[in-house]
Amino acid sequence: MSVFINRETRLVVQGITGRDGSFHAKQMLEYGTRLVAGVTPGKGGQKFEEKVPIFNTVADAVQATGANTSVIYVPPGLAGGAIAEAADAGVKLVVCITEGIPVVDMMRVIPFVREKGVRLLGPNCPGLISPGQAKVGIIPGQICTPGNVGLVSRSGTLTYEVVNHLTRAGIGQTTCVGIGGDPIIGTNFIDTLAAFQADPDTRAIVMMGEIGGTDEQKAAAFVKANVTKPVVGFIAGQTAPPGRRMGHAGAIISGSSGTAAEKMAAFKENGIAVMERPIDVVKLVQAALK
Amino acid sequence: MNLHEYQARAVLKAAGIPVPDGDVATTPAEAEAIARRVGGTVVVKAQVHTGGRGKAGGVKLAKTPAEANEHASRILGMKIKDLVVSKVLVVPAAEIASEAYVGLIVDRETQRPVFMVSPAGGIDIEEVAAKTPDKIFKLAVDPRYGLLSHQALGLAFKLYSEFPKARAAAKIMEQLYTVFMANGASLTEINPLVTTPDGAVVALDAKISIDDNELERRPDLAALRDDSSEAPAEVEARRAGLTFIKLDGNVGCVVNGAGLSMATMDLVKYYGGEPANFLDIGGSSNPEKVVSALRIITGDPAVKAILFNIFGGITRTDDVANGIKTALEKFPVKVPIVVRLTGTNEAIAVKILQGIGMTALSDMDDAVQQVVKLAKEAA
Repeated sequence: MSVFINRETRLVVQGITGRDGSFHAKQMLEYGTRLVAGVTPGKGGQKFEEKVPIFNTVADAVQATGANTSVIYVPPGLAGGAIAEAADAGVKLVVCITEGIPVVDMMRVIPFVREKGVRLLGPNCPGLISPGQAKVGIIPGQICTPGNVGLVSRSGTLTYEVVNHLTRAGIGQTTCVGIGGDPIIGTNFIDTLAAFQADPDTRAIVMMGEIGGTDEQKAAAFVKANVTKPVVGFIAGQTAPPGRRMGHAGAIISGSSGTAAEKMAAFKENGIAVMERPIDVVKLVQAALK
Repeated sequence: MNLHEYQARAVLKAAGIPVPDGDVATTPAEAEAIARRVGGTVVVKAQVHTGGRGKAGGVKLAKTPAEANEHASRILGMKIKDLVVSKVLVVPAAEIASEAYVGLIVDRETQRPVFMVSPAGGIDIEEVAAKTPDKIFKLAVDPRYGLLSHQALGLAFKLYSEFPKARAAAKIMEQLYTVFMANGASLTEINPLVTTPDGAVVALDAKISIDDNELERRPDLAALRDDSSEAPAEVEARRAGLTFIKLDGNVGCVVNGAGLSMATMDLVKYYGGEPANFLDIGGSSNPEKVVSALRIITGDPAVKAILFNIFGGITRTDDVANGIKTALEKFPVKVPIVVRLTGTNEAIAVKILQGIGMTALSDMDDAVQQVVKLAKEAA
C-alpha cells in the first residue's frame, strides 16, 4: 500500500511540452508511472514521446483517458488557473510543482479546490513517490526503495538527503510526500500524517519541517492525539535569522514565532523523536521499527 | 518587498483612501517648497526601511518652511540603523482626535486575507496584541466574495461608535481590501487611522509589503524597490537569480534547495562552526549561477572556507563542477573550498573537479566537519 498515489494512478501532465514538464514527464514514464495524457493549450492532437496523447484542456484529457491525477509544470503566473482547471475537470489529486505563485492567486484557488473535494499537493513542492509503484513530480526515483516508512516534508533536496540515508541503510518507504515550502499550501502535515496512520503498510513516519508558521506545532499535537505509529522529526533553520525569508516563501520567523527551537520543543513534548542531523534518521527509524 | 511610506501613501491615495496633503522631497529646498504649499506646521519624516525613525531623530516638526528646510538638511544623508536617508516625506501636522489601527495580512492558518483592527492605534500592534488582546478584532475574508459591506461596517463600529465615522472607516476598509488584492500584498496597514477634530477619518501613516512572487508580473510594483536598503551582496545575488542572506560566521555555504541550505547551516553550527551565509543556487542551476555565487561569497572578507553541498536531482552536479572550474579560472579564490556532491551526473562532476586538482566528498557530515576545521585553522 501507499498514500495518495499507487499503481492505479492515471496521470495527466499539465505543461507537458515545456522545458521542465517534458523533462520530468520522461522521467516519470521511465519510472513506470501510468502517464496517460499531457495538456498544452494549442497542441491538442499531438503526441509526447510518440505515445502519450496531448490535449488542449484537462477536461478533454480526463474524458478521453480517465486520468485521475494531475501534475502541474506551468509558469507561476498561470499555475493558479491550472490548479483550478484540473480541479474542475474532475481529477482527485492535483500536484503543483511550480514555485513562485502569487499568494493572492493561491488564496483565490484554494476555496475552489476544496469545494470540489479535490486534494491539492503543493504548490512549490517536489511532488511525491510511492517507490516501485508511481512517481508524480520531481523526486529522483533511484534514491528511493519500497518499504514501510512514510515520509512527509516541506522541502525538496533535504528530503532527498534523508531518503538517501534511509535507502542506503536498507530502510524502504511506502510514500515520500513533499507538501511544499509556500505559506499557503493544499495538503499539510496533518492531512499526510492521517493518511500514513490509515495506511496498513506504513509502520513508522518521518516528518521534515522547517521554520515559519505553526503547522509543525499543530502536527505534533495531532500526532499525540491520533497517531499510534512512531514518528521521527526534523526541523531545518536553527541558525536562520528572524524576519528573513529563507528561500522558501513560507520559511520566515515572524517576531519570535515559528522558530526551530519552538517546533523542536513541540515535537519532543508530543513524543516525536527529534533528529539533530539528517543522518540521525537512520538510527531513530531503526529504533522505532524495533 | 516593503514599500516606503511615501509610496504606500500614493497607492492608498490612488485607491481613494483619504491621506493628508504633502509630498516627498530629496533636497531641503524641495522640502521647504512643500511646507510652504501645504501651509502651517509640518512633519518632516525620513523615508527608510526600518522602525524607530522617531527615536533616531528622523521625524521632526517644523513650524515654518525655513524650519522644514533646516530639518530636511539634517535628516537627508543621516544614517538610521546603517541606512542612509535619501528622501523625506513632508506632511501637515494633523490635529488628531483619536488613533486607530487597521491592518490586513495573509493568514497562513485560515489561508485567507485577515483584517485586524483596533481602536488602540498609533502604537506597535504586536504590543497591543500582547497586552490587551481584547482590543483587537479579526475577520477572515472569503476571497471568492471579497469584503462584504456589512462585514466592513461591523469592523468599523469596533473603532467608532458614531455612524458617520464608522461609515467612513468602512469605506476605507473596502478600499484597503481592494488595494491588497489588486497589488498582491502580503500586508497593508494603516497605523494610525486618525479622526480629526472636524470628524474626518484619515490614513495618517501606511505600510505596504508586496508578495515577492507578485513582482514578476507587475513591473510597475517591482520598479518601487529601493535597493539601498539591502546589503549590496544581496542585491547582486537577487539579480543573478540566487537567494542569499548574509550571516555573521566564517563558513561560506553554497547549496541547492532552501531546506538543504538551512540544514547545511545548522550542521555547520552542530560541528562547532558558524555559517557566513544562506545561499540557495536553486533547482536547474547553470554554471553561471555558481560563478556568481562564488563571487558573492568571496566578496565577504570574513569567509575563511567555503562549502558546496549539492544533492543532484534536477540540479546536475556536473553543471556545478563546471561552475567551480570557470570561477577559479576567472578570479582567484584564496580560501579553501570543500565540495560535497552526490546525485545526477556525479561521476562526470568528480572527473571535472579532479581535472583541476580538487576532490569531491559524497557525505554531507564529512564535508561539513572538514570545512569547519579548515575555517578554524584559518581564523
